[in-house]
Amino acid sequence: MSECRLKKINRRSFLASPYALWIVGFTILPLIIIFKYALTDGAGAFTWDNLLSIFSDVHIKAFWFSIEIAAGCTIICILLAYPMVLAMKNLGLGRKGLSMFVIILPMWMNFILRILAWQMILSNNGILNFLLGKLGMGPVAIANTPAAIMVGVVYDYLPYMILPIFNAIMDIDEDLIEAARDLGAGGFTVFRRVIFPLSVPGLLSGIVMVFVPSMTSFVVSDILGGGKLQLIGNVIEQEFTVGYNWNVGSGLSVTLMIFVLISMMFTVKQKSEGKESVIW
Amino acid sequence: MSDVILQLDSISKKFDGKDILKDFNLELHRNEFVTLLGPSGCGKSTTLRIIGGFVKPDSGRVLFDGTDITNLPPEKRNVNTVFQKYSLFPHMTVAENIAFGLKLKKKSSKYIADKIDYALKLVNMEGYGGRNPESLSGGQQQRVAIARAIVNEPEILLLDEPLGALDLKLRHDMQRELIKIKKEVGITFLYVTHDQEEALMMSDRILVMNKGIIQQEGSSKSIYDEPQNAFVADFIGESNIIDGIMVKDLLVKIQGVDIPCVDTGFGTNTPVDVVIRPEDLEVVSKEEGFLKGTVTSVIFKGAYYEIKVLSDGYEWMIQSVNPAPVGEVVGLTVLPDNIQIMHKPASDDEEVVRDE
Amino acid sequence: MVRKLKKALSGIYVTLIGILLYAPILVLIILSFNDSRSRVTWGGFTLDWYARLFANSQIMDALWTTVLLALGSAVISVLIGVPGAIGIHAMSRRGYRAFMLLTNIPMLNADIVTGIALMLWFVHFLPLGFGSVLLAHITFNIPYVILSVMPRLQTMNISVYEATRDLGAGPVYSFFKVLLPQMAGGILSGFFMAFTMSMDDFVITYFTKGAGINTLSTMIYGQIRKGIKPELYALSTLIFIIVLIILTVFQFVSGRRERNKTYKERYNE
Ligand SMILES: Nc1ncnc2c1ncn2[C@@H]1O[C@H](COP(=O)(O)OP(=O)(O)OP(=O)(O)O)[C@@H](O)[C@H]1O
Ligand SMILES: [Mg+2]
Repeated sequence: MSECRLKKINRRSFLASPYALWIVGFTILPLIIIFKYALTDGAGAFTWDNLLSIFSDVHIKAFWFSIEIAAGCTIICILLAYPMVLAMKNLGLGRKGLSMFVIILPMWMNFILRILAWQMILSNNGILNFLLGKLGMGPVAIANTPAAIMVGVVYDYLPYMILPIFNAIMDIDEDLIEAARDLGAGGFTVFRRVIFPLSVPGLLSGIVMVFVPSMTSFVVSDILGGGKLQLIGNVIEQEFTVGYNWNVGSGLSVTLMIFVLISMMFTVKQKSEGKESVIW
Repeated sequence: MSDVILQLDSISKKFDGKDILKDFNLELHRNEFVTLLGPSGCGKSTTLRIIGGFVKPDSGRVLFDGTDITNLPPEKRNVNTVFQKYSLFPHMTVAENIAFGLKLKKKSSKYIADKIDYALKLVNMEGYGGRNPESLSGGQQQRVAIARAIVNEPEILLLDEPLGALDLKLRHDMQRELIKIKKEVGITFLYVTHDQEEALMMSDRILVMNKGIIQQEGSSKSIYDEPQNAFVADFIGESNIIDGIMVKDLLVKIQGVDIPCVDTGFGTNTPVDVVIRPEDLEVVSKEEGFLKGTVTSVIFKGAYYEIKVLSDGYEWMIQSVNPAPVGEVVGLTVLPDNIQIMHKPASDDEEVVRDE
Repeated sequence: MVRKLKKALSGIYVTLIGILLYAPILVLIILSFNDSRSRVTWGGFTLDWYARLFANSQIMDALWTTVLLALGSAVISVLIGVPGAIGIHAMSRRGYRAFMLLTNIPMLNADIVTGIALMLWFVHFLPLGFGSVLLAHITFNIPYVILSVMPRLQTMNISVYEATRDLGAGPVYSFFKVLLPQMAGGILSGFFMAFTMSMDDFVITYFTKGAGINTLSTMIYGQIRKGIKPELYALSTLIFIIVLIILTVFQFVSGRRERNKTYKERYNE
């Protein structure tokens, strides 16, 4: 009986063979290739230079700037997302309600166009300064600064922070919140002791979904940084499209990949450990 | 200090335009065990949630110790709730759950540790402090929920069908234990159930509710013996309640016969009320039974036979899948577990016993 | 009183975030009606760009490519991903873990790295073009399908399938009669997710597309320096409005069904 069941199980797992082939062909082999490029020079000889090129002045500066942007973006998104989710909850905007819809809908407008719209809003004689002028406030020179890039990435990735936190918080049984209040917890304490800790899995997904793309994006910095401010994504892109140095480009990509995977592994690990990761 | 701790003063509440509570009045006395009993949807939980502060009445007042607390948020009320679904915090250990309210009150850690120990002992859960709530059985989780509420020393404990999710055997155990806990902590319990047996067995006073209105209020015995209207009669009427004497722990005398039971702590030779469900009684030959009586009627009810047996002036009601011959003398047995003992209502006879 | 204040503050905050999310969209919609090629001056209202849009073969080509890619990659991802999920689900614990890890790689990895790695690999055997982009899109779409189907598989009763087989039904019949209906919801959401991700992608397409073709995203990116053709504002406004209508209808239909359920779910389980 059990042997027969085992056979059935094994037979069913063969259904995954096309996918297994796909993984080999289009996930593993490309990774091997990029490592090969990263570890060889133009002539095909082994070298560490491409990986180490991250430490060159220009590269390390771009790399560090990317980390700053990504960390700043992640933190700002968290700070904006929690009040947003709590406010939505307060207003009784349920999971299936209009709320999700309102947050997802903007993603259906091409994102490059949306970033271009921000360029128009933030430019020196753009809409923001026009409105500020009407209010009698001085123009702000935000265009082509790191602040403009920050606005762009926060705008772009905020929904990816709101959604998982929203889902986690909507999953919390209302009775738990009532129980906490019953035991004497006021609004903020309920958040600190019950809602926040139980939303941590969602928060961690949000961090993964915001940190990685905001660190590696090159379109936002291209448009809102005015071409002068380079993220590591811009550097890599130019190695392929302008410099045609695929080996250095691959070296930087591999470095970036390893950095991202390690930092996200850390986050995901925290996530699976669940309870212990709660700091408060 | 008046004896009335809480008063609901003509409370009305509508949901979606429907009257849920209408001009509802209720008084709770100190150290009283009051049960709200009624069918599903009659407004029991709503009443509790108004007292807890989770629902605001449309009109009427909630008075706590004479003070109007109608607009006080739940966290400021000296009332705690035990929820039907336990509602333990899944990200905290049992001990952390119990400490939740005390930490908010900024008690010393020594005090908190002592309280946790005391509460765990009270609910028979010593040594479980470090466990995760999710690793506990339903009954254990509910004990923790009770402990978590009680350590805050509320003046009233609200219990909304706390045993509703447990199986029958566990329910019986927990019922006994709740009574024990109630005696130990000496606070007012307001208990909600739609199980009449449970209400009859545990309460000092029962309020039978239907459609947001109190149908009848009184001791278990008065409700059972003298239902004031058809609804109450119909809702309550399905059990055998008979006078008995608790000879000693684990032994009760009914109709002059000593019968083993599982209850303890009633003292010796204490008059009690005994409750036995019709389906828990079994018709056997007259030699085998604890009690003997004559079958007076047998009615087929579809899924079972309703058999009436007259014994020593009391008509027992039995539900059985097998019929019995009318007119014949038969025996009746019952498993110790299925005998429920309850205190006589806090009335004259209890005083008499104490005076002796 | 306090509750009212809280609600008011919540309302204000949600509105502010809403403005943040929709400000650029409003700008783009306005631009689509702007009778001027310049982005900074308002030249009066016009519907010209909408009319010209359909005559612009370049844009129509890119739109066609984008939609074809999204449909094609979503369909193929479902065809590979659904059996994949069933297979992985049937594996031993270790196999399951290994496969789920591999499934997560493209999702955890930065798009730019995925795009470059695929490009470096494709150039060895494939001219960059529609085919390579399609392969790339399938690659990043399969994980979405698998991750949407897997939860359904975990809650579903596979033994029914085995029972059907036991009773003599063939595997194909049992699959379509027993397994498929139970997974339909997951497959559908996986499909739409894949479709959306493909429509939305820029980075991976950018690196794997070669010189010959354009999707809407890469086309827009190419025009950043020269100036965006206003027809593209018109097109994205149209797409936005179509999606808005579809989602509104969907919302209306499912919202009605949900509303009555909420209270019952909580209390009368
Ligand atoms: N927040 C609410 N919104 C809408 N209707 C509600 C709400 N709370 C309660 N009700 C309705 O009020 C009525 C009484 O509910 P309540 O929960 O007080 O009943 P109950 O006596 O506790 O019943 P049960 O034994 O099923 O718990 C029900 O019809 C319920 O649907
Ligand atoms: Mg209820």
